[in-house]
Amino acid sequence: MLPTLGGRIQTRLILLAVVGGVVTLIIGPLLPISAPLSAVYQDTFVILAAVAVLGIGWECLYHFLMQWRWEKDWPTLFGLATAIPEGLLVWVLLAAGAIPGITGTVPAAAFVIDFALVWLAVWLVANGPMRVPFIRWRFHGGRLV
Amino acid sequence: MTDQPDRAQPETVQRRRPAADAAGPAAAAAPAQGAAPDSGDLTGELLTSDQWTDEMVRAAGIPVTDIPFVTIGGGIGSFVTVDYLRIAGVSTDRVAVLSNLDFAWQTYEYLTRVSQIPRPERIRSDSASRPDNIWGFPSYALAEAVGERTFAPLWQVLIEPIWADYYTPKAGRVFAGLERESKRIGWSEMLVKGQVRMVRKRQGGGYFVILTPMVGSTATKRLAYRAEFVHLAVGYPGLRFLPELQEFRTAHQDFHHVVSAYEEHEHVYEAARTKHLVVMLRGGGIVASRVLQRLMDDRAKYGLSTEIVHLFRTYISSSHGPNAWNRRKGANGFAYQGFNYPKSVWGGQLKARMRKLEGEDRGRAYKLMGGTNTPYRRRWQAQMKEGRDAGWYRTMTGTVEQMRLEHGKIISVVKTQNGMVEVAADFVVDCTGLEADIAEHRVLADLLEHSGAGRNPLGRLDVERSFELRGSASGPGVMYASGATTLGGYFPGVDTFLGLQVAAQEIADDLARRGFCHRIGTFRSITQWLRWARDRQP
Ligand SMILES: Cc1cc2nc3c(=O)[nH]c(=O)nc-3n(C[C@H](O)[C@H](O)[C@H](O)COP(=O)(O)OP(=O)(O)OC[C@H]3O[C@@H](n4cnc5c(N)ncnc54)[C@H](O)[C@@H]3O)c2cc1C
Repeated sequence: MLPTLGGRIQTRLILLAVVGGVVTLIIGPLLPISAPLSAVYQDTFVILAAVAVLGIGWECLYHFLMQWRWEKDWPTLFGLATAIPEGLLVWVLLAAGAIPGITGTVPAAAFVIDFALVWLAVWLVANGPMRVPFIRWRFHGGRLV
Repeated sequence: MTDQPDRAQPETVQRRRPAADAAGPAAAAAPAQGAAPDSGDLTGELLTSDQWTDEMVRAAGIPVTDIPFVTIGGGIGSFVTVDYLRIAGVSTDRVAVLSNLDFAWQTYEYLTRVSQIPRPERIRSDSASRPDNIWGFPSYALAEAVGERTFAPLWQVLIEPIWADYYTPKAGRVFAGLERESKRIGWSEMLVKGQVRMVRKRQGGGYFVILTPMVGSTATKRLAYRAEFVHLAVGYPGLRFLPELQEFRTAHQDFHHVVSAYEEHEHVYEAARTKHLVVMLRGGGIVASRVLQRLMDDRAKYGLSTEIVHLFRTYISSSHGPNAWNRRKGANGFAYQGFNYPKSVWGGQLKARMRKLEGEDRGRAYKLMGGTNTPYRRRWQAQMKEGRDAGWYRTMTGTVEQMRLEHGKIISVVKTQNGMVEVAADFVVDCTGLEADIAEHRVLADLLEHSGAGRNPLGRLDVERSFELRGSASGPGVMYASGATTLGGYFPGVDTFLGLQVAAQEIADDLARRGFCHRIGTFRSITQWLRWARDRQP
């Protein structure tokens, strides 16, 4: 998919909500966090929401950077590699207690597993299977509506 | 003269008969006064009327078949459109494909083969441009990875285009996929072979499409199809030689030393294997790169001494473009770009932007993004560098003022910045792929004259965003066009697999709005994809 700004944001929000939501549900009980499952879910879903909200800002930045590319495309690897700065920012905010709604503390290992799996799943779906239910999506810059 | 299908020559290549004779008002096959009534051929009344009544066609004795959707051409453009419609729930008895081709990829396979992309070589378009799969999933790279048990294609897609060349599928894989999909959707049930002569509006709505069937296959010379919807996908109106090369060929009746890369020219490579040759190439597009690759591959493989002189009209020496946001790579004469337009015209920012541009603004945008270009491929770069260093590959910039034959060599007098230079070569290969004007295609000429179709800022067929041919509506009937004949519209990537699919989607959605088929929503899309995956009929 070759994104437009609107398409980027829509795709991110929907994929994080649906794919990210499912992955978060599945991995919740398996994460190395010593807290009741309800607390684990609260924290991981708050993190998911943070990735989505902060992501709107990130997407604006990516869109700006993309303007330097002649093809106005966003190579597949960029979509994967941007996990690093985005993950770091969420971690820093988490450590600073700047993300509202977090109960207790999230161990680094649990964060890395949670964040990486969600990211990977979203990236994989965006790079192929997404085209099956939404045949217009790739021709509309990633917009769904 | 006959306009029966000529099987040896696909319609898209330079026809044997002179272009002026191929089309245009003066070129009508039937005499101006037309055939006699009841003869099963075009009467004078039919030839001259913009709109036909059922009675007029009946009086001519031309048998009429009713079919709601007719696609003309039967190449890749028709194929992907019919594929969409079949998936949108249209049965085979509601579609007719009128074509002089036996199978949809016939012209494409011919053009790629002669221009040096045999089945094992890779084509230009990317992993998700799959004319045999409307979803583009699984992509060619994924299919190749699974089929050949290797991660390499997926790795390449992951790191392209920065750390590797764009992944592109092998021609053979593309053809095999098309063959499978063709069987799945029942292509042969819809195919009617012959040469389409014209499309005219029908009084009361819809159109008549006149087909000249294969000789001897029917009782009458013509057949008529009465359709509500017509789709035109006739490919290239014709490919032409550079004017000076055409003149040379005509003057010397020499079709051996001056060849087009879009025609059979294997004899050039064969000659290179028997003696020392100098080959002159014209053009800086991907076909020039291909021919160059073949010459260089053979040189290395058989230890040949072939010399190559590459003449550019416009020499690109570095990155170029109006500002930092619009700079395309270039070097050694070539403008480099993965595909024939920047990638995002097929779905991203540039597609969205072009959709809004009109008239001159659109013309300017085309100029900026298009033009002759070729992909940057590491292998080609290495070969060309070797040739430049060793002196057997030389580039020149200029225009050819004159050509003559001297002792079996073709002497081109080239006007360069430093004055006139004479270049002697054994063969000249024209790789420019100049396309003929749309009016050189008989069906299109007829449409321009009789059906209200017009031209866009680039002089091709003027289509709406939905690919409806502007000005040609007939009551509830609609005519659509896709492919090279529509270049210059709101969507630039028309002459590519993916572009044809973009058009097909717009057309299918428009037809769904008009009640002809289902709109492919999420549920239908998923269930139909599952059918595709299991090779079940749509
Ligand atoms: C050398 C070369 C390489 C290319 N590589 C790529 C690539 O890698 N990827 C890509 O996406 N695109 C590529 N293209 C572009 C490619 O040709 C198009 O994507 C595609 O084949 C065009 O499909 P079409 O239906 O418009 O034309 P075609 O497939 O040519 O089909 C149109 C056919 O209609 C038939 N026809 C015309 N007039 C009539 C008539 N009056 N009656 C009956 N039949 C008629 C003719 O047989 C004609 O061939 C390449 C083109 C060339 C020349």
